[in-house]
Amino acid sequence: MVVGRCTGRQPREMADNPLPGPTRALIIQHMMKNAVEVHDLVVVRGGHEVLRHLDISIGGGVTGLLGPSGCGKSTLMRSLVGVQRLAGGAVSVFGQDAGSRPLRDRIGYVTQAASVYDDLTVGENLMFFARVLGVGRAEAEASLESVDLGPQRDQVVGRLSGGQRSRASLAVALLKKPDLLVLDEPTVGLDPVLRRDLWQLFHRLADDGAAVFVSSHVMDEADRCDRLLLMREGRIIADGSPSEIRQKTGADDIESAFLAIVAEDAS
Amino acid sequence: MTPRITLAVAGRVLIQLRRDHRTLAMLLVLPCLLITLLWWMYDASDPAIFDRIGPALLAIFPVIVMFLVTSVTTLRERSSGTLERLLSMPMGKLDFLVGYALAFGLVATVQSVLAVSISVGFLGLDVLGPVWLLTLVAVADAVLGTALGLFVSAFAQTEFQAVQFMPALLIPQLLLCGLFVPRDLLPTALEKVSDVLPLSYAVDAMQHLTTSVSTAEVWRDVAVVAGFALAGLALGAATLRRRTA
Repeated sequence: MVVGRCTGRQPREMADNPLPGPTRALIIQHMMKNAVEVHDLVVVRGGHEVLRHLDISIGGGVTGLLGPSGCGKSTLMRSLVGVQRLAGGAVSVFGQDAGSRPLRDRIGYVTQAASVYDDLTVGENLMFFARVLGVGRAEAEASLESVDLGPQRDQVVGRLSGGQRSRASLAVALLKKPDLLVLDEPTVGLDPVLRRDLWQLFHRLADDGAAVFVSSHVMDEADRCDRLLLMREGRIIADGSPSEIRQKTGADDIESAFLAIVAEDAS
Repeated sequence: MTPRITLAVAGRVLIQLRRDHRTLAMLLVLPCLLITLLWWMYDASDPAIFDRIGPALLAIFPVIVMFLVTSVTTLRERSSGTLERLLSMPMGKLDFLVGYALAFGLVATVQSVLAVSISVGFLGLDVLGPVWLLTLVAVADAVLGTALGLFVSAFAQTEFQAVQFMPALLIPQLLLCGLFVPRDLLPTALEKVSDVLPLSYAVDAMQHLTTSVSTAEVWRDVAVVAGFALAGLALGAATLRRRTA
């Protein structure tokens, strides 16, 4: 059995047993609020089906995408941002096709590798991207402070530590107060204090109304998410809050829950 | 295209160059040293040869240098993920390309002013036409180099490959541009080929400027070079894909 496969479940249930008007209206309203709707998404890379007929909706709060490396997390994230070539299906963000022009300044995207210029200082990087996005110095300063890189402002990015570089890259994604924040393994290589601070930041952004979508292959980060999507070999094998997933499998932690679900999925 | 974004790209490229002292020195000093070397080679035996080859070199330097710099920097931008990030932002492809062309065009202007000043002022290169037009032709050549570099960077996976495109694309043009054998003395088939290569027109413009006071042919050549540069930029834009596999 697959635990709470919310993927496209709501519409199907509604068709099967019609709900009373007001409830249905509520569900529809809830669905409309979804930042991301993925329908039957197929992505093929190098002759290999990386995403297999994926159906997902992502709403507010912090949604975690967990799974082993190579399971398709980055490909899914690239599809949401609109830089991935799709082989089938559709991805819509705020009701529009992913990657379409009006979405480009509403989405903050951080790739796994720090996408900043190594030969510029942290401040120069931020000011450049700020000009591209049409925001001012104040926003650049604010986003520098929010990732705690103020003291490194005048340092060349190439000479920063790995964690500092990825925070510089994150700061760029925060410049324009994005409505959807797509973060591909943003906490890799960071010390525990910084990781905690960043997760607090993600929740602050979510509380301010942004949908935050974070991937990780570290299972102990799962409990920091409002909702979890467990992914394996291009499919979502579980979907629910961390406590729901633990409860349904009877496991103590997400890692054992994941293993239980994988075992169930395979049989 | 948005002027704000185009200028942001150009400004950023210039800041990056300013920080890279070695590249900047090579860009500005190397052409001057090479043209001086050429002058020295022929000064004792046959100074007339310098007057014939010098102008061609003034056209060829900017194309080669800008081709190399642009193809490598654009490739770096593709592989580091910054291009993907920019394309997920409200940046037009032309903002990116024109931004690069502006920045390197500016560097090329400085480069050409230096090389032309040294050639005319110190090395006694005879220029019958207006000297400022010589600089303008050199800038058009540099933009051509930038456009070609942007285009080939799409077909290279590594910086090694990008550099190999230089001999593949530029050396044949160098051989057929009239520097070694005047173009009308080439075998007919090769003359036809050289007629469709942009460097032939770049060198032709320089040679006209040094040997004649009339500028009509020069403007025609500049127009051809500019046409090739625009075509290169358009092809470059076609190779910048928002969605990749």
